[in-house]
Amino acid sequence: MNVTALFIALGGAILLSVLVIRRLRTKPWLEKGPIELEDGASGVPAEKVGLWIFLAVVTSLFSSFIVMYAERSGYPDWRPLPDLQLLWINTIFLVLGSVAFQRARVASDRDNFTGVKMSLTAGGIFTIIFLVGQVLAWQQLTASGYFLATNPASTFFYLITGLHGLHLLGGLWVWAKTISKVWHGLESLSVTQITGVRLSIELCSVYWHYLLLLWLVLFYLFSSS
Amino acid sequence: MAYAAIADRDQEHHLHDPQTFITKYIWSQDHKVIAIQYAMTAIAVGLFAMGLSIMMRLQLGFPDSFSLISPEEYYQYVTLHGMIMVIYLLTALFLGGFGNYLIPLMCGARDMVFPYMNMLSYWVYLLSVLVLMASFFIPDGPTGAGWTLYPPQAITSGTPGSGGGIVVMLVSLALFIVAFTMGGLNYVTTVLQARTRGMTLMRMPLSVWGIFVATILGLLAFPALLVAAVMMLLDRLIGTSFFMPEMLLMGVQSEHAGGSPILFQHLFWFFGHPEVYIVALPAFGMVSDILATHARRNIFGYRMMVWAIIAIGALSFVVWAHHMYVSGMNPYFGFFFATTTLIIAVPTALKVYNWVLTLWRGDLHLNVPMLFAIGFIFTFTHGGLTGLFLGNVTVDLPLSDTYFVVGHFHMVMGVSPVLVLFAAIYHWYPKITGRMFNDTLGKLHFWLTLLGTYSIYLPMHYLGFLGVPRRYYANGVTDFIPESVQTMNAGITIAALVVAASQMIFLFNMVWSLFKGEKASSNPWNATTLEWQTPETPPAHGNWGDKLPEVHRWAYDYSVPGEEHDFLPQTEPVHTGAIVHRDLEDFKE
Amino acid sequence: MAIAVVLILLVVGSLIFHFVSPWYLTPLASNWSMIDTTIDITLIVTGIVFIAVNLFMAYCIIRFRHKPGRKAHYDPENANLETWLTVLTSIGVAAMLAPGLLVWGQIITVPDDAMEVEVVGQQWHWSFRFPGDDGVLGNVDIRHISEANPFGMDPEDPNGQDDILIANPVLHLPIDQAIKTLLRSKDVLHNFTVPQFRVKMDLVPGTVTYLWFTPTVVGTYEILCEELCGLAHYAMRGKVVVESQADFDAWLNAQPTFAELSAQPPGDPVAGQATYTLCAACHGPDGQGMQPLNAPKLTGQQGWYLRRQIQYFKNGVRGTQEGDLFGAMMVPIMAVVADDRAIENVVAYIETLPSEPAPATVTGDATAGKDLYRTCSACHGADGSGIWALNAPRLAGMSDWYLVRQLQNFRAGIRGAHPGDAYGAQMRMMADILADEKAINDMVAYVNTL
Repeated sequence: MNVTALFIALGGAILLSVLVIRRLRTKPWLEKGPIELEDGASGVPAEKVGLWIFLAVVTSLFSSFIVMYAERSGYPDWRPLPDLQLLWINTIFLVLGSVAFQRARVASDRDNFTGVKMSLTAGGIFTIIFLVGQVLAWQQLTASGYFLATNPASTFFYLITGLHGLHLLGGLWVWAKTISKVWHGLESLSVTQITGVRLSIELCSVYWHYLLLLWLVLFYLFSSS
Repeated sequence: MAYAAIADRDQEHHLHDPQTFITKYIWSQDHKVIAIQYAMTAIAVGLFAMGLSIMMRLQLGFPDSFSLISPEEYYQYVTLHGMIMVIYLLTALFLGGFGNYLIPLMCGARDMVFPYMNMLSYWVYLLSVLVLMASFFIPDGPTGAGWTLYPPQAITSGTPGSGGGIVVMLVSLALFIVAFTMGGLNYVTTVLQARTRGMTLMRMPLSVWGIFVATILGLLAFPALLVAAVMMLLDRLIGTSFFMPEMLLMGVQSEHAGGSPILFQHLFWFFGHPEVYIVALPAFGMVSDILATHARRNIFGYRMMVWAIIAIGALSFVVWAHHMYVSGMNPYFGFFFATTTLIIAVPTALKVYNWVLTLWRGDLHLNVPMLFAIGFIFTFTHGGLTGLFLGNVTVDLPLSDTYFVVGHFHMVMGVSPVLVLFAAIYHWYPKITGRMFNDTLGKLHFWLTLLGTYSIYLPMHYLGFLGVPRRYYANGVTDFIPESVQTMNAGITIAALVVAASQMIFLFNMVWSLFKGEKASSNPWNATTLEWQTPETPPAHGNWGDKLPEVHRWAYDYSVPGEEHDFLPQTEPVHTGAIVHRDLEDFKE
Repeated sequence: MAIAVVLILLVVGSLIFHFVSPWYLTPLASNWSMIDTTIDITLIVTGIVFIAVNLFMAYCIIRFRHKPGRKAHYDPENANLETWLTVLTSIGVAAMLAPGLLVWGQIITVPDDAMEVEVVGQQWHWSFRFPGDDGVLGNVDIRHISEANPFGMDPEDPNGQDDILIANPVLHLPIDQAIKTLLRSKDVLHNFTVPQFRVKMDLVPGTVTYLWFTPTVVGTYEILCEELCGLAHYAMRGKVVVESQADFDAWLNAQPTFAELSAQPPGDPVAGQATYTLCAACHGPDGQGMQPLNAPKLTGQQGWYLRRQIQYFKNGVRGTQEGDLFGAMMVPIMAVVADDRAIENVVAYIETLPSEPAPATVTGDATAGKDLYRTCSACHGADGSGIWALNAPRLAGMSDWYLVRQLQNFRAGIRGAHPGDAYGAQMRMMADILADEKAINDMVAYVNTL
């Protein structure tokens, strides 16, 4: 059963990723003195680690939905949704958004201020278009008679796309805060604040790539059943 | 460097220094204040849940003498008692309370890495508690579906609170999960990123290990519960059929069709079993540190203890269906889950051995925290061993859904973690408040609690062997249940009343000592870990004064041969100059 | 030091408790002695560990408790010891797991010659179905369920016509015959448990689960629901009667098939009117009831309930208990009613009579009664009109003094104590909620307002 397989894989991955760390085999009572930490910790900002952990939580959340979707879609009362061509277009915009954020990150690394400004703006706009497109997709569905409670297939669709959209909205909030700083001009910012903006751009790009990847998985799920 | 990152940040914009009473004690971002807020709320709501259990016990013990509660109320109290104790008390107190207090102090950090989110975590938790309590004031009252909230029953008429109560319950759970996630991100990131110079992973005290791994489990497991809650809410509110098959309700066919109740059970227990360890692992960790400190001896087999915590945490994700042997799931799953479940017994047993071996050849100071820790080993051994009955699919068959289960999980998940909580509260009380508790009252509290709870739960196992079913408002006239069972039930109720009363001693001791207790020194137990080395007691905002501590040794240098004192704090530099290099050590292996 | 002594005492006490406890596994009445063996193995293994760990801990406390000058031993780990303990523990675990898995393999493999019987669960009642001569259970569907067809049998399915339907929660089984129970639920989760058989399984709506066992001891055993199924979960009871093959066959032959039940013509009110003259003397010509004669109102009551009560009086299930003075008066009169046909007719006649709410005679605090009635409403309905699917008769508008008396009788064990009165037994458990006279009056006063 795929539920079991997935969960075993998850458990196994946790086990392995931790156990392979050779560090856990050291005998701490033999080590004396202030050892320098050579953990992954070094130099990585806490926000970045926090984001990765958060992405693990989001993965767990959507995995549960995906497993439930896969299980439930095997039952006889499942009525697949009509193909929505619009989703392809939406996908393109989300890809563009992700690319734009990557460009913003590269520009930020190269201190290309104009590049950051342009790419960041583009990334946000593409994402907003994606979200508008998703709402349009909902409207198309309701127009063809698939309401929230019509069938598990439609409920799952609204629920999962809605949740995915909410995550993007959360990202857009961070984006809005960052871009307002960028548009105000960096001259007024202190060095730390500039470091903060750089970090925000980097984290946004990671987050957008993740949500794009997640969307591709979800899109595949919706079209495969 | 991790510590450098934190230190840099301090230079930039300091920690949020509280100015007013409100920002200092209420709207505070200090991990210690948040910890105390979490603990107070959790203890308050836990006392409430204890009150519910007393009402249930009076009904079970003296069904004819008291007509205190109706069957609706009984099932509502059963549900709320279970849910509150597991989620809103134990999870919140271990992680939100002790996790918050101990992680930065034991790792040598000034605070959690995201203090604002940490504060939000508490307030959302409080909101979830208030929402839960609000369900007592809605027309139907709270849900009576049992803490497992199995559909269809949880959302169909015929179950108390299926109108509004279940909705409120699910909303409250969703809020709790949000609160936990905000807190959990903090705990994990702080452990990974904010350890002070010298604090390698393998130098961390086991308390931190337990809380750390438990938090990871929680972060990965709670989303499953969230998904289950959302899907059931939709079934309840807009009439979808995720978990709802075609069925008859009060003689009328319901609107639902095609769903599967067993899907919910899989989701629920995929969360529910790790939840057991979300509570147990911090208890394992904390009790290890308490035992080592008061036995004046290194924890025996530190590495094994760390590996066991990790192994148990990982395995806990692949044993969930042992709660479902008689649920009607594919019976072949029984083979797999019985095997994984019994495998998890091995690392767990090793932990027990190592605790006992820590006492062996120690120098045991039998003060109050130590007594509670020893009591924990006893009750946990008992509860763990009865788990081997229920984890083994065949043996589970006659015992499932009987009082054996009630006895088992109360021993292993109720009494045992609570004994650790008490041990921990007594152990860290001098650090948290700056005063000593009253020793005599503490001992009295211990004896009444240990003996009282054991006389509650030991007989329950035997009622379970007999086949007395759990979740029964009354047994009525049942041929195979002799009159003596009722007598035993009355006895159990009396023991429960004694235990409940003895908790008042605890509360009194805590409050009284806060004002009248002897002033505590900064390290009254002569402990090695960092939280005892703070410049001030209770630790001030920022924990460490001007300079972060530097760690020179592991957390268990008790009674090191050739040393004058029987403990060497982790901050104590090496005297002998015999620095052993890690690489050299690896080479030797 | 005290803690060490207490630990030893707790271990010794637990052992004594184990051996003197009057509560242990009920005497086995099925083939599953292997399950008991696995329990014994587990008890021995875990018992040894329990004793060893705790006694060793007590020893450590006594031997190594603090004394001036004592210093603890410093040894961070002992790989040898830990390896040995791991190996020993693994052996112990394997010793418990292996038999468990072997027996589980047998539990889920049903022998070919097993006799099939369907167990149907619903809130808060059991019923049963045998496949009949063709050995095949007919199709069922929730959509077909009605008062006349409580099993939801598909009327078109030829396989279902000879199915034998047992609406009462009493199942008879032949001894030494492997039984495969197919478990079906009409509403929520339930669990079919007979402690003496050892095995149990949930009933899951939307699917059919199964269980098998061979009864080996003649006797009557209780069926309990062990999966929380709502308010009256604890009152969801049934019985299994294990008897010789001959007795079983005789019993089974006397039970109606689906075809027989559906062929029954409806009652004839005209024929029933003649029989009703018997009743009219006390219950009044219009069935309105007469309190001075202790005769309750009949009109408005649901037909299935009247039918069942007449049968009870006729068969001595009701009216035979000591203390049931007025019930006893019904027994000789009902004995005159010729047969099921006549009962059917008289019930049909009563159903044609117009129903006016009976006058209120009981005084009580209806507001307090409203709270108490919440429990009752789960079966009898929020408006007190009764729900056939829950075997709950109408209360609203019926004779209130009669309700009071019946509640007293239930509480006193006068009604519902007869082994043939499964529904009365359920009501007996529920009536215990009403603590005293005042509670009964309050509740009935509230029913009067409905």
